[in-house]
Parts: sequence; C-alpha cells; structure tokens
Amino acid sequence: MGTTDIAARGRPFGKGTGFRKSLMTLAASVMLATSAHGATPATAEVNTTGLAVTDDTVTVGILHSITGTMALSEIGSVQAEKLAIDQINASGGVLGRQIEFVQEDGASDWPTFAEKSRKLLRQDNVAAIFGAWTSASRKAILPVIEQYNGMLYYPTFYEGLEQSPNVVYTGQEATQQILAGIDWAVEAKGAKTFYLLGSDYIWPRTSNKIARKHIDKLGLKVVGEEYYPLGHTQFNSVINKIKLKKPDVIFASVVGGSNVAFYKQMKAAGVDFTDEKPLLLTISVTEDEIRGIGGENVEGIYASMKYFQSLDNPNNKEFVAAFKEAYGDDMVIGDVTQAAYLGPWLWKAAVEKAGSFDIDEIRKEFAGIEFNKAPEGYVRIHENHHLWSKTRIGQAQLDGQYKVVYETEELMEPDPFPEGYQ
Amino acid sequence: MFDGYTSSELMSIFAMQGFAGLSLFSVFVLMAMGLAIIFGQMGVINMAHGEFMILGAYTTYLTSGFFQSYLPGLFGGYFLIAMVLAFIVCAALGALVEWLMIRHLYHRPLDTLLATWGLSLIMQQAYRSIFGAREVGVELPEWMIGAISVTDLVELPINGLFVMIIALSIAVGVYLLMYRSGYGKKVRAVVQNRPMAEAVGINSAGIDRATFALGCGIAGIAGAAFTMIGSTGPSSGQAYIVDTFLVVVFGGAQSLIGTIISAFGISQAQSTMEFFLSGSMAKVLTLLVVVGILMLRPEGLMALKVRR
Amino acid sequence: MKSSSPLKWFGSREGLYYLALAFLLVIILPLALDPFRLNMVGKYLTYAFVAIGLVMCWGKAGILSLGQGVFFGLGGYCMAMFLKLEASTPEATAIQSTPGIPDFMDWNQLTELPWFWEPFHSFSFTLIAVIGVPMLLAFVIGFAMFTRRVGGVYFAIITQAIAAILTILIIGQQGYTGGVNGITDLKTLMGWDIRTDEARTTLYFICVGMLFLCLFVARLVQNRKLGRILVAMNAQEMRVRFSGYDVAAFKIFVFCLAAAFAGIGGAMFTLIVGFMSPSFIGIVASIEMVIFCALGGRLSILGAVYGALLVNAAKSGFSESFPELWPFAMGALFIGVVLAFPNGLAGLYQSYVIPLEDRLLKRKKPEAEPAAKPAAAQPDAEKADDYDPMINSYSPEKS
Repeated sequence: MGTTDIAARGRPFGKGTGFRKSLMTLAASVMLATSAHGATPATAEVNTTGLAVTDDTVTVGILHSITGTMALSEIGSVQAEKLAIDQINASGGVLGRQIEFVQEDGASDWPTFAEKSRKLLRQDNVAAIFGAWTSASRKAILPVIEQYNGMLYYPTFYEGLEQSPNVVYTGQEATQQILAGIDWAVEAKGAKTFYLLGSDYIWPRTSNKIARKHIDKLGLKVVGEEYYPLGHTQFNSVINKIKLKKPDVIFASVVGGSNVAFYKQMKAAGVDFTDEKPLLLTISVTEDEIRGIGGENVEGIYASMKYFQSLDNPNNKEFVAAFKEAYGDDMVIGDVTQAAYLGPWLWKAAVEKAGSFDIDEIRKEFAGIEFNKAPEGYVRIHENHHLWSKTRIGQAQLDGQYKVVYETEELMEPDPFPEGYQ
Repeated sequence: MFDGYTSSELMSIFAMQGFAGLSLFSVFVLMAMGLAIIFGQMGVINMAHGEFMILGAYTTYLTSGFFQSYLPGLFGGYFLIAMVLAFIVCAALGALVEWLMIRHLYHRPLDTLLATWGLSLIMQQAYRSIFGAREVGVELPEWMIGAISVTDLVELPINGLFVMIIALSIAVGVYLLMYRSGYGKKVRAVVQNRPMAEAVGINSAGIDRATFALGCGIAGIAGAAFTMIGSTGPSSGQAYIVDTFLVVVFGGAQSLIGTIISAFGISQAQSTMEFFLSGSMAKVLTLLVVVGILMLRPEGLMALKVRR
Repeated sequence: MKSSSPLKWFGSREGLYYLALAFLLVIILPLALDPFRLNMVGKYLTYAFVAIGLVMCWGKAGILSLGQGVFFGLGGYCMAMFLKLEASTPEATAIQSTPGIPDFMDWNQLTELPWFWEPFHSFSFTLIAVIGVPMLLAFVIGFAMFTRRVGGVYFAIITQAIAAILTILIIGQQGYTGGVNGITDLKTLMGWDIRTDEARTTLYFICVGMLFLCLFVARLVQNRKLGRILVAMNAQEMRVRFSGYDVAAFKIFVFCLAAAFAGIGGAMFTLIVGFMSPSFIGIVASIEMVIFCALGGRLSILGAVYGALLVNAAKSGFSESFPELWPFAMGALFIGVVLAFPNGLAGLYQSYVIPLEDRLLKRKKPEAEPAAKPAAAQPDAEKADDYDPMINSYSPEKS
C-alpha cells in the first residue's frame, strides 16, 4: 500500500539537518542514538531559553476543560496525553529526562484558556502545551502562545484556515475528513444528492462549505443546507424536509447534546440507517459520542475519521489495551483521543531530532517528523504543521464501535487553506 | 420549493409537519407545566427547573439499568415505573428544597432566581461527579422505538405519540387538580390573596410546599419523557430554561390555560419557520416575535385579573 | 446634599472608603502582584463596571436585568472591531483573497467590509460607540418595557431572552461577527502593542481610572435627588408616580446608565484580555455578573467592586486547586448570599464593622463628624431591612 513508499520518502531520525548543529549537540545525539538510557546531554545545551528543564526532568503543560460543558469531550484527551507521557517516561523519557506535567483547567471558558496558557508559559515555563479542544479555545490561546513563543499540540479535527508556527495540529483539518468521505459515498454508494446539516458554528459551516464545493466539482447536487443553534433538541422539521427532498446522503456535522436528540428523533421517525436510504455520513460522531446517543440509534451510519478504536493493526491493539488498563475496561477511544495521544510522542520525536528543547530548534525539525507507532498507523508532520494521515470510513455497529469499510490508499495531504474550496 | 412534488406527497409532508408542530407543542407543555405551577402560582422563579428535569432523566436511566440487570423480562414496562419514580424523586427533592431554601424567600421573587441558579450549579456538578461528564444513553424498550406507517410517507414516531399522550394526561391532570379539587381551590386562594386565605384557615406554608413539590415532580416526569427524544447529560437541562420561561411568561404567568395556548402558538410558529428557514434563523425569529409581543402586551396572552 | 470642599470629603468616612479602595488598587496590588496576576485583577475589575451598574439599576431602582452581558458584550465588540480593523491592514492580511478585511470575513467569502464595520476605522467613533451602542439598545428595551410598566420578574426574563437571541445571532452570522470564536488576535491600539507586560500594566491603571470615574458618576447619581427618587420608586412606585414623577423616565435613565457602565467594562475587557467572544454575552455570563453585585452588596457601589474582585479571585483560585469543587462553591455562594446576608459584604460591614469604627472614632475625637453621614449606601441598607423592594410593600415577615 501507499504507506511504504511514503515512509521511505520520510526522513529517519537523527539524519540530515539534525546533525548540522554544534559539536556538543552532535555528540548528544549520537549518545542518544546508541543508548537510550545513557548519559544525558547537559541541561545548558538543550535548553537555552529558560524552559523548565533540569538534569532529570522536563515540565510540560496539559490544558483542557475539566469542568463546564466541554469537560465531557475533553476528558478523553487528557487521559490519552497522560498515558503517552507515562509510556514515554517508562521508556526512558525525552533526552534522558523524565516528563513532569502541570495540568490546568480551562473550565470551558475561553479567557480562562488564554489566562492559563499564559500561566503555563510564564510561570511554569513549560516546554510544550498539550491542550485545547474547541476552536474558540485554540483561538484564545493562539496570541498568547505566539507572543511567548510556546508550542501547542492541538488534537481536535477542525475547520482549518489556520497555520501557526507555534501550533502542531495532530487532528485533521477539514479537507482531510471531508473530501475522501464524499468521494467514497459517490464511488462506493453511487450518491448523487446531498443534504448538509450542522450545528451553527464555525466548524460545521466551514466543513459544509468545503463539502458543497467538492460536490459541485463532482457535478452532483446539494439539495439542502441547514444549521441549528448549539444545544438545539428538536429536529422534527428538518427530518420532514429531508424526507421531502429524499437526498442520497445526509452529511451531518451536528455536535454535543443536539447529536443525541437528532439521531434519536431520526430513528423514531422511522429512518433505519442500515437501509442506507438515505445514507448518513457524519464527521462529528466518534465512539465517545455514541455512548451518549446509544448504539441502537446510530447503527448503520457512516463516519469519516482518521481513527477508529476497532482499527486492526498491532500499534492500535497495544494502545487500546494500555488505555483500558490505565482507565478501565469500559473506556471507549474516539478519533480525538487518539490524536491527543500523538501529541507527546511527536513532541518527543521532534525534541530528540533537534537535540534540544528550545522551541525554535524544534520548529526547524518538524517537517518530516514521523511516528511509526501511531495507533492510526503511520503519521508524518507536514511542513504546515498538520499531519499526513489516512481517511477512513467506518460504519457504526450496535455495540457502539465502528467497522472500517474503507480507507484511503495514500496518506491525505493536509491543506488548511484549500485552493478552490474557500 | 414545492416544485416537482405530487399533491399527495405534499399532503403527507404537511401532515408530517403538523405532527412535528404538535410534538414540539407537547414538549413545550411538558417543560412548562411544572414551571407554570411554580412560577405562575407561587411567583417563584425556579432556575433549576431544567436540572429537576434532568434528575428525572437520570432516574429513568438508573431504572432502565436496574431492569436490565435484575428484571429483564419486565423491561418492556420499565418506562411507566421510571416515570412514577422520577415524579417521586423530584417531588421529594423539591419539597426538601422548598423547606430549606424557598420558603425563606417568598417575599423576594428575584432572590429565588439567584438562589435556584446556585442550586442548579450544584445539581449540575453533582450529576457530573456521580454519573460522569459524558451523556448517558437511556435504552428504550423495543415497542417504543420506531414509527407507525400511516401511508408510505406519513410515519408517526411512536415515542413522539407517547410524549403527546403524557403531555395531554399531565395537562388534564393538572387542570383537574387545580380547578376541580379542594387542594386546587386552596392553591388558587393563596395565590390570589395570601393573608385572606390564611385568615380562613388555609395552611399556606403546607400548600406552598406541596405546590413546589408538585411542580418539581412534573418536571421529573417531563425529564423522563425527554430521554426518548433528547440527551441526558449534566448540562442538558440548561438548554431548556429560556424556552420554558418564555412559554410561561408569554402565556400570562398565572394562567395554566394561557401556558398551553402560548406553548401551542410558539411551537407552531417555530416549527413552521423551521420548515421554511434555516434552524438558527427560525429560532431567532421566534424569540424576537415572542419578546416583541411581550413588550406590547407585558401581561402575556391570558392575564389573571387580581386585586393586589 | 451639601457638597463641602473636596478636601473635606476625602477626610470624611465615605471619602476614606474610596481612598482605601484606591490605595488597594493603585498601590498595594501592583506592588504585590507580578504583571501576570495584575492583568488578571484587571480582568476582574472590568466586571466591576457591570456590578456597579447593577447596583444602580437592581439594588437602587429594583430593576433586575439578566442581560447585562449583552451590554458588556456590545461595548467589548465595538472595541474589538476597532482593534481588529487595525490588525487587518492590507499588508498583514496579504495572503487573503481580499486583503484588508478581518481574516474571518475572508474565510466566509466576504469580499468587502460590511457597512456597519466601516465607522470602526475611527477611534473617536469607537469610543462613542462603546458607550452609545449599549445605551441605545438599553433605551429601546427600556422605553418599550418601562412605559408599559413591565417590571420585576418579567423584565428579568425578557432581558434573559434578549441575551439568548444576541448570542445565537452572533454565532450564526459568523461572516460579520467572527462567530463562536469571537474576534481574536488583536494586537495594537493606535500602533501601541497591547500584548506586552508594560502595556498590560498601563491598561490596568487605565481600567482603575475608568472604574473610579464610573464610581463617582454612580455616587453622584445616588446622592442627588435623582438617586433618592430611584430608591423611592423601588419601595413605593405608585406613590412616586402619584407625586408627579415620570417613573418610566427614571427607570430608562438608570437602565441606560447601567448599560453604559457595562459597555465601558466590556471595552476594557477586550483591551485587557485581548479578544471578545459570544460566551461573555450569554445567559450564564449575565447571571454570574449579578452574583458579583449580590455578594458585594446590592446597595453599595463600593461593595460591588469588592464583590467582582472576590468572586473572580475565588474562581481562579478554586479552579486552579480544586476544579471539581468550584461549581459547588459557586452554587453555595449564590444560595448563601441570598439566604444569609441579602445585603452582601457591604451589609455585613454595615452591621459588624461600622459599630466598631464608631466606637473607635468616638473615643478618639468625639466631636469629629457630628452625626457622621455614614457612607452613602448605608441608609438604604438599613431601610432594606424594613421594606421589601420586590413586592413594593412592607414585608410582614421581616418587620
């Protein structure tokens, strides 16, 4: 499959630019390459910007909402990030240093996110921040993190239209989720007409805009486009409209509590998704959401994601087992949780490639950093700080898991400012 | 937008849309009934109304879990029991809250607003601590899922019908209780003239507690019913609060009939506009129209004339 | 009230209270806190503007608005629009398909600046709009409601609905407003970088200065006849009306005043925090603002400032150490304030500290401040125990 040749094009660790550093750094890198637990490079060498790095430890920040309305979405990410940190520590840490973390609560409140990121950067001098979930919280952090030159690892799939030198986007930007999903519906299912439905905020609107452009390009038809306020719980009218328009595909980006109401009411209105008349393709329902909606209400819908808990590869089996061991057997892992898990690992890879914790040194090395142990398979950082990753289509099963029915041959290129889709 | 459809298709869509309006209507009635009693009859602004509804929903969730584990044979009927339990749990908590908090505040209605807002924060966090931050999925018995096909296009959701029946029974029940029972007479007497009612020997404190508990209990039943169509999570209750208050205020706070009429008007307006406009704009327009009418007619649709 | 010379006023007890607050905000806090914490205090203070407005309109005049976030947000958005336009120079936005307009507009296929954004190129217009737009909306709402004698609970619920409407509108019209993300990435004010520590500290002092300005305006209003009519109206609306006063006009005035304060607070918030988003307009934010005022003491403008500071400081402190417990604490605060001390901190101060002060003062100089006119808010606080503003009559239970 496409993976191998793309992997071959990627640069292995330690080669290339990482080696055109001072002699000391070179020596350090070599030592690292030869023995993971060997002598660690001196702190003065790997940290010239006053980060919280000692001879034995390095401090990072975790910044998510533990309280408030977003807590339910963000808790999975916190768990994944902590798991990754534990695993990295168990395998010898980063540049021979154990990772310690400072966790702050964004409290589902955007100024709090800005405030806490400022605290993490100014008071705790963290070497990296893993955090934020909603676009609004990321937008609040962004000026702060650019001002103090920090580095944020942001896990959520999002609308794109952003490319900050101080953020690494470990989730998908919109085109990575949408284009392949629509192509699949057209090719595999013969879809001709689409109904776009979303919650009313930036991500669904931008996503639907991209979807509409793509559908237009394919010469197919959008028969309806509709937005409901966040938290809306009455969908009978739109269900009637859908019945009237008889689209082949409902392309849904409804989020939060509205999701639960929407699928329950669709089900109650006599729509059986397993008939695929219409077929429902969502970009917002992960395994996490299904827990609240109920498997019986979404059985048969398709989701376009990069990761499903049911992915059949050795990395993922290991990851799922470790996650369940850490947090309990009844945990489910969604797309964003996996993307959050990538954050610390990618940071470690970048730090070790740069031989330094300094943000500026790391930034030079991002392009081409790859991670072979990713649960989703293989990922690589694009020079625009997003990840190359595959798009997969899963069909929801009664037990709340997705069955993967399709995956793209190649890794999809991230394109946060897609030409012709704006 | 109706080009290319046969008249029978259009008829069925209008029938379905009428049904959608009616089910929104019953949702509003369920939401507003409990509040209409508490706010309309007692003047207490219960900002925790949504949280009482969610308490009913969680009770249903627990009951369904209990039946699944211990009485799987009777699972089909658990919902009725869950509604009764939801009523009892919410009414009991309501009575407790009334005793601890509300009764000290009857002469300061705006302060009940703040205090019950505090209560709602506490209840939300309690749900979060007990049930987790994620929404819980409440499983329905088989017979309540699906739809009755009238024609090919006209399909009536069973749970929608069920919600309607509950709403109707509660409305009738409350009406009978308020206008055809001794208790109702006392409540109305206290509402209209508290000192006089006390003077003729009505235990107004007892009436208050019972009324508050009744309102909360009805909220619990509403919450139980909403597990069929909505989400059950720690902060789901807040989604209902603005709509609920507007329905009650729009109807004329002290008139139960007014509440029902206003629920009907708002639900029909909203579902019709939703059909022709995008959902967000429909919502904004509905709210604007309601606020606009309230500015012109502040006492609401059906005002009760009382001497104050 | 006879206003004696300003110097004498500063020596009076009320003057001392203001001096103490000024001492705290201008000297103690800037010395004790690093720029980061000081910036946070600045953010808390922006809420104090709203709280002062609420004291005037809820505490004094008995009009509870659950939509103060709307005015706070409008003021903040006006300022944010100006800053965003300044940040969106054609050079800075060269990569966009339409350079020179804010980035979110470009993403939403807007090709030119909407007409209502145009005036915000001008700083003086912005300053007027920060106060004018909230006041205008307050006037429209107030005129519609108060001339029809809508009050109390109805008014509260309608303002709450307005907060809901505005939030949905702003989120839905993201091409014009930035949507749920709000207006972000604000950099400079008239070429002055507002993100540096020095700028933040300067903004803090500007905020304190504006706060005192608002405090003095509020004090002016409450100590004139105007203020006494407001209080009278709250207690006996009918009698005031029958005495020939136009009750609605007074209510509209005080509601607009509160809106103007909130608007200034919002603009300062945008400057200090660096962005504005719809989450500060909504119902939850608006009700939280009421608790700042209630905790400080709904009848005391100084209390409101302390209330806003304390609640927010507690919120930050609590959510840093016990994030799970914060909502419980906040909920308990609401209930406790309402049940146990309805006049808030100012009420407690009035009942426990003032007598102490009296004894101390008397022992020292028995002739000073004869019949010391206690701090302005206090006569009202005493009265509040006797009558019940909410039902416009004397309460049988409390007298």
